[in-house]
Amino acid sequence: MALELYDGGLDVANILKKWYEAESKSNYGAFVPFVGTIRDEDGIEGLSFDIYEPILESWFEAWQKKAKAKGAVIKMAHSRGDVMLHESSYISAVFSPKRRVALEFIDEFVEDFKASAPIWKYDLKGSKRIYAADRSTAISGSGILGVKK
Amino acid sequence: MVRVEFLGPIQKEPLELEIKNLNELAKILQDDKEVSEWLQNSAVAVNDTLVASLDVELKDGDKVSLLPPVCGG
Repeated sequence: MALELYDGGLDVANILKKWYEAESKSNYGAFVPFVGTIRDEDGIEGLSFDIYEPILESWFEAWQKKAKAKGAVIKMAHSRGDVMLHESSYISAVFSPKRRVALEFIDEFVEDFKASAPIWKYDLKGSKRIYAADRSTAISGSGILGVKK
Repeated sequence: MVRVEFLGPIQKEPLELEIKNLNELAKILQDDKEVSEWLQNSAVAVNDTLVASLDVELKDGDKVSLLPPVCGG
């Protein structure tokens, strides 16, 4: 399992160093990290996150299996709670024998992460924590409880 | 009893309900003003596995979770 959750902003340099050192002798030819950082926009002071861990873990395990089938490994770190401007809340990385697999996997993985991982984002403004409804995506298969019979 | 949990931004305490399937839950939640607006865009998990249909039987001790739209990263 290479899924790490932290309270608050991520220590990017140390997490990447740890992942790099853990795999430096594993004979991977490619290491492609993605780091998501909180930008200063729309007057926010930061972002805040809720995570539902049981489903995040099973989602991640399914991706790890797909990666393994191609000889690759995925790592991911995410923040819980408040993350302030210019801090990072998300890191993922793929190690693979050759570059193409890692470059394609990181793209597919990050897109599916955005669409499916059970994490909820809030803007921090003043003393308020405001759900980022307009930037959120309904998980595939949503809405079944709303169908009237 | 079946425990029903509302995740993320849905501001609602968990419910403990005597229900036998998801169809019964749908009827109860559609009449609940606190949560009805979330039903159209929430995913549903039974015992932490997402389900795609209401044709799911529930038994004592099961957990149902409602997952509203997500945005990690």
